[in-house]
Amino acid sequence: MSEATEMTAILRLQREPFDAAGEVAALTRGRADIGAVVTFTGICRADENGEPITALDLEHYPGMAEAEIGRHVEAARARWPLLGVTVIHRYGRIAPGEDIVLVVTASSHREAAFAAAEFLMDYLKTRAPFWKQVEKAGDEEARAKTWIEAKSSDDSAVERWKSA
Amino acid sequence: MKVRYFAWVRERVGKAEEDIDPPADIATVSDLVAWLSRQGEGYAYAFENPNVVRSAIDKRHVRADARINGAKEIAFFPPMTGG
Repeated sequence: MSEATEMTAILRLQREPFDAAGEVAALTRGRADIGAVVTFTGICRADENGEPITALDLEHYPGMAEAEIGRHVEAARARWPLLGVTVIHRYGRIAPGEDIVLVVTASSHREAAFAAAEFLMDYLKTRAPFWKQVEKAGDEEARAKTWIEAKSSDDSAVERWKSA
Repeated sequence: MKVRYFAWVRERVGKAEEDIDPPADIATVSDLVAWLSRQGEGYAYAFENPNVVRSAIDKRHVRADARINGAKEIAFFPPMTGG
């Protein structure tokens, strides 16, 4: 049965919010081979480094962002027996409490789904061409924004997949 | 070739993209960074720490020693902060 090993990959970049539960349902609908689904949702916090913020503004490199995420989805698929992957990344202005990114991984068993979701998020944070700016509270009139600096902890998170 | 700039590199250069025609002896990404740095104050500011700025050729990450011949589009940007 070819359907038993079919891998569904969905990759979307969008300004609009997404429906995480709906995406999981879409990935697993009609499938009896999937035994584990792991869902990661990254959410905009109301603070950055202890300072209150009013919003994040995400810039991306259209074309390269899709290509780069696609390459990491392929790498994950080569590494683990995945039955489905969904990656959705938003761009534009995102308010605290709103979702930023969704990674859904499906497999027969949990180990592959957990590992692949972490792998994809670690690479998304360090390799996918997105850049966040923060709008700090009180900045509305001046529209002053600050670029968020990359964290060295994100670089070390991605290093573990190279030695493993 | 087309050059694109993103995030604070774009802000410092003062434009999102441009077409450039560097001299023939500009062979690598780091040669191009050095050449761009001489094209004005904004460029010099954007590339003041050339090791910080990341680059891509035709929408793939490359290192500073990558050769640029045949490139259609070269992009420069800060370390990424998505996810």
